[in-house]
Amino acid sequence: MREFSHKDLLGMADLSVEDINLILDTAESLKEISTRDIKKVPTLRGKSVVNYFFEPSTRTRTSFDIAAKRLSADTFSLSASGSSTVKGETLIDTARNLQAMNPDLIVLRHSSTGAPHLLSKEISAGIINAGDGINEHPSQALLDMFTIREKKGRIKGLKIAIIGDISHSRVARSNIIGLTRMGAKVTVSGPPMMIPVGIDALGVAVVHNPEEAVKDKDVVMLLRIQLERQSKVLFPGLREYASFFGLTAKMLNRAKKDVIVMHPGPVNRGVEITSEVADGPYSVILDQVTNGVAVRMAILYLFIGGS
Amino acid sequence: MITWIKNGVLVDPVKGIVKKADLVIEKGKIARILSRGAFRHKGPRLKTIDASNKLIIPGLIDMHVHLREPGHEYKETVETGGKAGAAGGFTALACMPNTIPPNDCRSVTEFILEQTRKARLCRIYPVAAITMGQKGETLTEFGDLKEAGAVAVSDDGFPVKNSEIMRHALEYAGYHGLTVISHSEDTSLSNGGVMHEGVVSTRIGLPGIPAASEEIMVYRDISLADLIGCPVHIAHVSTAGSVELIRRAKDRHVPVTAETAPHYFSLDHHAIIGYDTNTKMNPPLRSEKDVQAIKKGLADGVIDVIATDHAPHSSLEKDLEFDKAAFGIIGLETALPLTLNLVREGVLKLPEAIRKLSHSAAAALGIEGGSLVEGENADLAIIDPEYEYVLKEKDILSKSKNSPFIGKTLKGRNELTIVGGRVVWKRCRA
Repeated sequence: MREFSHKDLLGMADLSVEDINLILDTAESLKEISTRDIKKVPTLRGKSVVNYFFEPSTRTRTSFDIAAKRLSADTFSLSASGSSTVKGETLIDTARNLQAMNPDLIVLRHSSTGAPHLLSKEISAGIINAGDGINEHPSQALLDMFTIREKKGRIKGLKIAIIGDISHSRVARSNIIGLTRMGAKVTVSGPPMMIPVGIDALGVAVVHNPEEAVKDKDVVMLLRIQLERQSKVLFPGLREYASFFGLTAKMLNRAKKDVIVMHPGPVNRGVEITSEVADGPYSVILDQVTNGVAVRMAILYLFIGGS
Repeated sequence: MITWIKNGVLVDPVKGIVKKADLVIEKGKIARILSRGAFRHKGPRLKTIDASNKLIIPGLIDMHVHLREPGHEYKETVETGGKAGAAGGFTALACMPNTIPPNDCRSVTEFILEQTRKARLCRIYPVAAITMGQKGETLTEFGDLKEAGAVAVSDDGFPVKNSEIMRHALEYAGYHGLTVISHSEDTSLSNGGVMHEGVVSTRIGLPGIPAASEEIMVYRDISLADLIGCPVHIAHVSTAGSVELIRRAKDRHVPVTAETAPHYFSLDHHAIIGYDTNTKMNPPLRSEKDVQAIKKGLADGVIDVIATDHAPHSSLEKDLEFDKAAFGIIGLETALPLTLNLVREGVLKLPEAIRKLSHSAAAALGIEGGSLVEGENADLAIIDPEYEYVLKEKDILSKSKNSPFIGKTLKGRNELTIVGGRVVWKRCRA
């Protein structure tokens, strides 16, 4: 296997096409482990992985935890409420203290953009960004790309629509960077106040009307709409969103016949997507979750530098 | 004591000339400016300063600094800020009122001036708050503050949202001859933002501060100044739109002056890639287009003054996640070389550049200084415009080290600073 030289996974922005292919190929070879009767290999025995989640997360955290355990790494979980940050310790101090205990990898979820970048300068353990602010969520993008490749056989040349609050979505940003790098044609869609200034500079097309955006697409990716969690009120309400931007089966008829529908979860049924579509034949939402474990196993394996 | 500065080249920003000349200081004043070698002195008590290959410039005047005293002495004090200023070639600083307590009453103004007398470094001109507690509600006692020594009023960092209060501030400050310095920001639009809203903020996932949040308030303050005929000074102009608004206002003879800071013509928003919190300030680093407009505004005289917005913060406020870190960078020790870059780029002629760092600031504040004329206070600096060096954190005299220029090569350095005829700072030869 090719030498993998990265210490940290901070964002898709740092990964080359070769890097991405290597991670996806590795995930493919590791996926089978999760189907075995005994779902464990000794690959990362004796390695320590810290899951440090400053923001609530069920899916990502569990997925990393399962991935680490299937590779026999020891995992330790910390959350903001259970750590010294509530006692006023700075992120850097917390990290230095963690470092003093010699973990091999820190999986970090943080509400501040750039938090993993800050840590990576301070400590020698590898940092895996499990979501920073509104910036990036690279493991999600990688599992999405893995799923697309699995279903479509390729990424290059595919037409992909991402619909939702692009401005505040780290899933969207990581996918845009990764998918365009791999040669996909990405269109972003959503109400104007959810599309950030200058997004076209990232190589994507902007089509505000989702009905237009899904036309002839191979992949339609939805984002979770969380009006209640936004610091600024961006949109009149969920009802309005569902009426004008929610993905319906009728709308999906305009996409390619073999379209796949993706969602990073958790799904707001009846808001960004109808239940009919979420549970329908085109949906690969649960495959994404399954693949998440395989992709995160690959990430842990490669970034710990296991052999 | 008589001081004879010989062999130097004198920059007179008011007359706009650069000439070889000697300068004689007596009793704290510039006694004579004369051709090289023409000075004859008999008797003792003569101090000679050799300014060979150096420029003699009027002491620089920074109309926008934060000295953090009282209240945040761990970041900076009148003394440490004065030392940093003197090292940077400044002989006068106007300090902003956002201290703890804020400078909204006579006793705080007097305290700052008392600290200034003890420090015996730069002259300090306190800027008082526009409203009590910088809350934007009740005007401070402009008359009493002026008597105590304040030269201007500003709600820097906490812009006056209420337009009627701003109007009355301009009216009443005009009556007392105080300059009103406006921090122009519509905080309802910039709220939550940490960098310029544009292609870079979109790329690196940080919440943006749109240019319009500055421009809306620049226009409001120009409108008010126009309405009542009282002057307003716009602080830290950072956008092309603001430059354009001020240009049009000046064309219509609205009494407006404006400043920008060296970082707004030296860096653009790409500097934030990598999330260095020393690239975070308010207003934020803008786009390339804005940087070009700022330069043009300086060249055309739309922007009168270069001021640093020296904003010291310790590692406690800066070694944090980008969105949690404080806004602001230090600037006193880098303003001169960064401004000289504009001369080297052909944006400004040398006397114009020095003027924006001295005489124009004095004019905007209504204070003396910024010229090299016989009979004036001997406030001057002797600089080596060609000296090239890498800025090192350990060489920074400010108590705080939050500069994005650490590790960068700078060209041009102050060597010696004289305030009132007294050498207050001299570079030790390494």
